[in-house]
Formats: sequence, C-alpha cells, structure tokens
Amino acid sequence: MKALTRSFRQLLHYPSAIAGILLILLLVGVSIYTLIAIPYNEAIRLWRGGEDVWGESPRTARPLWLDWITADKKSQTIVINSASEEDGIDKDVTEVAEDMWDIGMVFEFDYPYDGFPQEMIVYFTATFDEKNPFVSMTWETPDGRQFRMSDTDLAPAGSYRFDQDNRLARRLPEGLLPQVALFAMPEVDPPTTVKGTYRLYVDGIVFEEGSDFDAKLVIFGEVHGLAGTDHRRRDITLPLLWGTPIALTFGLVASLGTTIITMLIAAMGVWYGGIVDDLIQRITEINMLLPLLPILIMVGTFYNRSIWTMLGLIIVLSIFGAAIKNYRAIFMQIKESPYIEAARSYGAGNFRIIVKYLIPRIIPILIPGLVSGIPAFVFLEASLAVLGLGDPVLPTWGKLINDANSQGALNNGYYYWVLQPAVLLMITGLGFAMVGFALDRIFNPRLREV
Amino acid sequence: MTEGSITVDSGIEPVVQQKSPNNFLKLLRYTVIKLFTLFIAVAIGMYLTILIAQMGGYVDEIIKGQIRESISISVSQNPELKFLTAQERAELINERVRVEEERLGLDRPFIGRSFSFLGNALTLNLGRAQWLTSDSGSKLVRNIILERLPPTLLLMTTSNMLLFFISLFFALYLSRNYGNLIDKIVIGLSPTSSAPAWFYGIFLLLLFAAVLGVLPFGGMVMAPPPDDTWQYALSVLRHMILPVSAWMISGFFASVYGWRTFFLIFSMEDYVELARAKGLSSREVERRYVLRPTLPNIITTFALMLISLWQGAIILETVFNWPGLGRLLYRAVGLYDSPVIIGSTVIYAYLLGITVFLLDFIYALVDPRVRVGSGGPKA
Repeated sequence: MKALTRSFRQLLHYPSAIAGILLILLLVGVSIYTLIAIPYNEAIRLWRGGEDVWGESPRTARPLWLDWITADKKSQTIVINSASEEDGIDKDVTEVAEDMWDIGMVFEFDYPYDGFPQEMIVYFTATFDEKNPFVSMTWETPDGRQFRMSDTDLAPAGSYRFDQDNRLARRLPEGLLPQVALFAMPEVDPPTTVKGTYRLYVDGIVFEEGSDFDAKLVIFGEVHGLAGTDHRRRDITLPLLWGTPIALTFGLVASLGTTIITMLIAAMGVWYGGIVDDLIQRITEINMLLPLLPILIMVGTFYNRSIWTMLGLIIVLSIFGAAIKNYRAIFMQIKESPYIEAARSYGAGNFRIIVKYLIPRIIPILIPGLVSGIPAFVFLEASLAVLGLGDPVLPTWGKLINDANSQGALNNGYYYWVLQPAVLLMITGLGFAMVGFALDRIFNPRLREV
Repeated sequence: MTEGSITVDSGIEPVVQQKSPNNFLKLLRYTVIKLFTLFIAVAIGMYLTILIAQMGGYVDEIIKGQIRESISISVSQNPELKFLTAQERAELINERVRVEEERLGLDRPFIGRSFSFLGNALTLNLGRAQWLTSDSGSKLVRNIILERLPPTLLLMTTSNMLLFFISLFFALYLSRNYGNLIDKIVIGLSPTSSAPAWFYGIFLLLLFAAVLGVLPFGGMVMAPPPDDTWQYALSVLRHMILPVSAWMISGFFASVYGWRTFFLIFSMEDYVELARAKGLSSREVERRYVLRPTLPNIITTFALMLISLWQGAIILETVFNWPGLGRLLYRAVGLYDSPVIIGSTVIYAYLLGITVFLLDFIYALVDPRVRVGSGGPKA
C-alpha cells in the first residue's frame, strides 16, 4: 500500500499529469455541483418538459458569452407578464357601454440591442363565462410610429404570434419579417434597430362583469443562457452539466469493471492452468473477432437502448480482450516466484494464493490501463449517442452532438451546439489520458529511462 | 538431411541448414492452420451474433420477409389469378405464406434452424432488405453491402497505410534524436489520441468546410460526378482529405510515441551496442538490429489498433457522409431495416477475421520463430 502511495506521489513530478489531475478535479467538481444543484428528477423534467419549461426560451439561440466577444449586441429575451406582480402592469378598467368594459394595459420596455428578435409571441389567458373577450393591440416605436395588430378573440388560453399575422405583414414594409420590421429604422438597408423605449398597447373588451384576461409578451432574443439553446428551446447548459457525471460514471464503471474482471479471469486461467487456460484463450480469440460497435448497434436497435444495458454489454464484450494476454504473461512470471512456492508448501488454498499473492502484484500494472481506458469508454458512449442509440432519457454530450448533426448545425452556423460538448469530451479525454500516460511511465520502469 | 556427410560419431548433432522449400512448407502449414482456426472462430462469432439477433425474433423476420415477397411476386405474375379481387389475393398470399412457413418449420424452436442460418451467413446468403436498395436496384442484402465495401476499403486502406508509414518513419527519426523539442511535443500531444477519429473529423469539418469553405462537407465525390475518370479520381481525392486527416490526427501521436519508445528500449540492448562497436553504420544497425526484432511487436500493436479502428470508421463515415459500410449501417439503423443490420454485423465479423488473418500472415513472414518451427508466436 505504501509503495502505491509513493508511486502516486511521483505523479506530481510530471507536469502533464498535474494538468490532467486538475482537469479531472474540475470535471468531478462540476459533477458534484450538478448532482446537488439539479437533482435527477429535476433534470429529466427540464430535459423533457413542456411549455412551462420552454415557453420563454428562444429556439437555437447562441450563448451569451458569444455576445461578449462580438462587437454588436445581440438581442436578448424580454418577458413582460401582466399576471406577475413584479412587472408592474396596471390594468385600466373603464366601462365603455352597457355590458362592455375596456381593460387597457401598456407593456413598456427598453430595447438597446443591435440585433433583431427571433420571434415575438403574446400569450393570453382569459377568464369568462360565455362571451370571449376581444383584444386589439397597437405597437409604438421610440420614434413615435404606430402599427396596429390584427384583432383577436381570446380563448381561455391562447397565443398571438406576430409572424403569423398576415394582415400585419401587409401593413409593414415589404419583405421584412414582423419581428424585424417592428424594430427597424424605416427605409434603411441593411435593417438597423431603433433603440429606445417601445410600447405595446393592449386593449381588451370584455362582455361580462368579472371577466378578465392576462397577457404575457415574450420577445425571443438571439442569445440566451450560458450555453445557448437547441432546436427544442432547451437550455444547453443542462445536458452540458449533466453529461459530466454521466460520462465520468460510465467511463469509470466500464473501465473498472472490465479491468477487474479481466484480471480475475486471467489469474484464474494461469493458476488453474490446463483446460481452463485453453478455454479462456479460445474465448478471447473468438471475442476479438466479434465487432463491438455493430453488435452494440444491433442490440441497441432491436432491444434496449438504456445506458445500463449498453454498459453491461460493453463490459462483457471487453473482458476477453487483448489485455488478458498481457495479464496472463505477467501472472505466468509471478507464478514461478519463490514465495508462491513457499505459500503452496505451507498449504495455502488456491483462492488464498490468488487473492493474497497474485493479485496485489498486478495492481500496479492495472492502474495505468484503468485510467487510460476511461476516455475510450467515454467516447464509446458518445459514439453510440451520435449514432442515435444513446439512452433515450438522459441528457448527455453525445445526444447534443447527435441533435446538432440531425439539425444540420454545421451547415446553419450553430457552431456552439457542436463545439461545447466536443470541448467537454476533449477535456475529459485529455485529462484521463494525460494522467494515464504519466502513470504508465511510473509503473513501467522501463519506460522511465526514455 | 545432411547430404553425403561423414557421420561423426559424437554426441554433437550437425547443424541442419534450412533449405528454402522447407521454409515455404512450414509457412504454408502455419497459414493453413491459422486459416482454419480463424474460420472456426469467425463461425462461432457469427453464431453468437445470430443468437443475439434471434432473441428478438429478428432473424426469422428476414426469412419470413423473403417468403412473403417471393409468394407475392409469384401470385401477382400468375395470369390465372388475375381475376381475383384485392382481398381474395391477399387471402391467397397469406394462406400460401402460412403453408410455406410451416413447411420451413418457422414455428419450431429456433435452435434447430439456427445452424442453417449460420450456413447462410457464412456463405453470405443474407436475405433481402426491408427498406434499403442497392444503387444497382437490387434488394439482396449481400449486394447492398458489397456495393458499399469498396469505398470503405479505399478510405481504410489509404488512412491506415499513411498512418503506418508516416508514424513509423517519424518514430524512427525520434528514436535517433530523442529528448529534443519535437520529441517533447510529441510526448505531450500523445493523449490527444484518446479521442477517436470522428471527433477530430467534426472539428476539421467545422474549420475547413463550414468556416473556411475550402473543402467539401462530405460525400465521396462531388455531385453530379464528373464523367472524366481523371476528374473523378481528383474529386475523390479531394473528398478524402478531411476523413484521412482526421484518422491520422487521431492515431498519429500515440503511435509515434509508442513505437519510438519501443525502438529506444530495443536499441539499448547489448547486441545493438555490439553492432555499433563492430563498426556498422547507423542505418545498418537500425535496420537489422532494431527494426527487425521490433517488427513483430509493431505489427501486433498495429493489428490491435486496426481492429479497434474498424469500429471507429462507422461513425467517421457517418460524420463525413462517406458512402461506405459504416454509413450504410447508420442508415439501416435509422430505418430499422433488420436484415441489413444483421448482415452488416456478419460482414464486419468476416472483415475482422480477414484482417486478423492477414496480419497473422504478415507476422508469420516476419517472425523467424515460425520458420524455425517452434510453432509460431505463443499467445
């Protein structure tokens, strides 16, 4: 045990190992934070959730930090809700005629951005008995121009989308989308935003006493969140954060399981010799001919894509791999050692010899392989996800890349969608690989000379 | 063995000179044995694959699909049956299908039939696809897959040959002057090989195709393909640049580091010192005393790398839209075309077997222990 700790301390002599350890600690830190801050159920809810999760989130928006490094200010999402206290929208109720009340609201906001919004929606909720309220809206720009929206009947819950209003489109300058035209300087090409205070006047006519309605104006920006959003308006920080513990656990469990079981089988083969040894050799040869990924693909397509199934299958198929030959060679050497002979002469049972003498000798050899193997498994899981066979429920990095690919992210310029998970994958791979390399040099003294 | 020599009656055995025909025979024997054992291993591997596939009844789907298709065709082409309504025709087809399935024993447990399917798989009789069709219009899975094989082989061979030779020469160079700056850089960058080729492929695509726009986004040749053969070849080469580069970047640093270390370890052996003391030139020493003994090890590591890279090629092809076996598998997965998926897995098992065999063969050529007859490399 002491020898092991001494060896580990030697790690600190290698700068690459220190860098690797720092990266790993970073990832572990992020994992712990994520598991505490966003518990599993919450994560799944956010990843699959409905309009309450996505309703105020723009589609494929770029990350905020991209905005910080570019010169112009991209638009950000603005939400004003008449139902919420803090937005401070006053409702002006006046009785206009018999059984007709006018409820007026003014949504006022500042628009300091250079970029135009992606989308504009007003969500309505209304309470009434039989006669639905009737709403008309007017848009006022900072320089005093006004645009009238088409009037709408209200249902108990509904929405008005500016870009689906044909009559509004006809009133606006030709060829511009409403979300651009309503913010653009007139007669200026390319379209430039008018900065200042905008107002949306919402006037609703209700026909029953006690009827009421609320409106939520959402102006979807071009940038959102630390990591942007995807095509389903989900914040990408969620899969980026949650992908970390998933990737780390998967890699660790797979690598640990494979290494330990391989080692046990190699030990048993060497110790019992004879038929057992031969059998293990044959099985290894056959197993090396089984194409791993196609079989995973087959099982994933036909049966079950859950991450546990894949993990188990990967371990089973990786056990009888090339590593068995290495371990076997080393075990053969150890087997002939004098202290093993001594142990047999004092009558130690097979099991005791294996566990107490053979295995501790091989642990130093195992460790570099274990650490270096983790990136391979992390990338394997990502590979499965990229092919579309990832776990259907969990938010992982591979799933992000898969989504990005199927939505043509590279073609459409949504580079952040691909880059962010790729960078995280790279960090994971590099971190463990660097430590693994250094460990290799520590535990294999021959490599140290060079 | 010794021709016409005086039998010296001492306890010392005369040294036997191995004649070339014996060498060749030994090599041949080794090859045949290896081929045979590999074949059995491949067969067992395929059988396991079939079992896995059959657990969900998917192998039977292939057979049933074939039956239904052939019966439907025969019924629709039979002039005597033209007067039947659509419903009657469907009923007739169903009845005949049922009879045929019973005849073939599809209602009996699978274990018995699995061996005949294994035979089919080994002879590449892989049934008909459910959705996919080959470019030449055939629905036979074998044709679909074999049509996709050449592009994959082209990409794989080019990438691996380039990787092998470039890494080898670079490693040799580094082993000669180690410790210098380039050496340190290579060592430092070796962890980058933990990322598979498709990963770098995405970055390369991002940089050269999306941002800079100088290289194509994917595919093997531009659309529409040029008529002139020379232009066609050039276009293919242009499309190969990014995938091959991705492959090289992924495999390069770790290979060079590993081999350079190997070379260094072997060049510290005593007999190398002796060779140098004898006055042999550096080149000569390198070639005979360092390269030769390490070659079996190099080939083994290269073989293992190759085997694992076969699978990486699947995603690389998907990322680059390269019309090969990997992308075919990806499309089949998307379409849930089970005959093609199972057929692809079978083909991959064969390809792995062939790769292992080829490399064992090269190993046999290179490892003198085989020729001396000690049975070749012990596992």
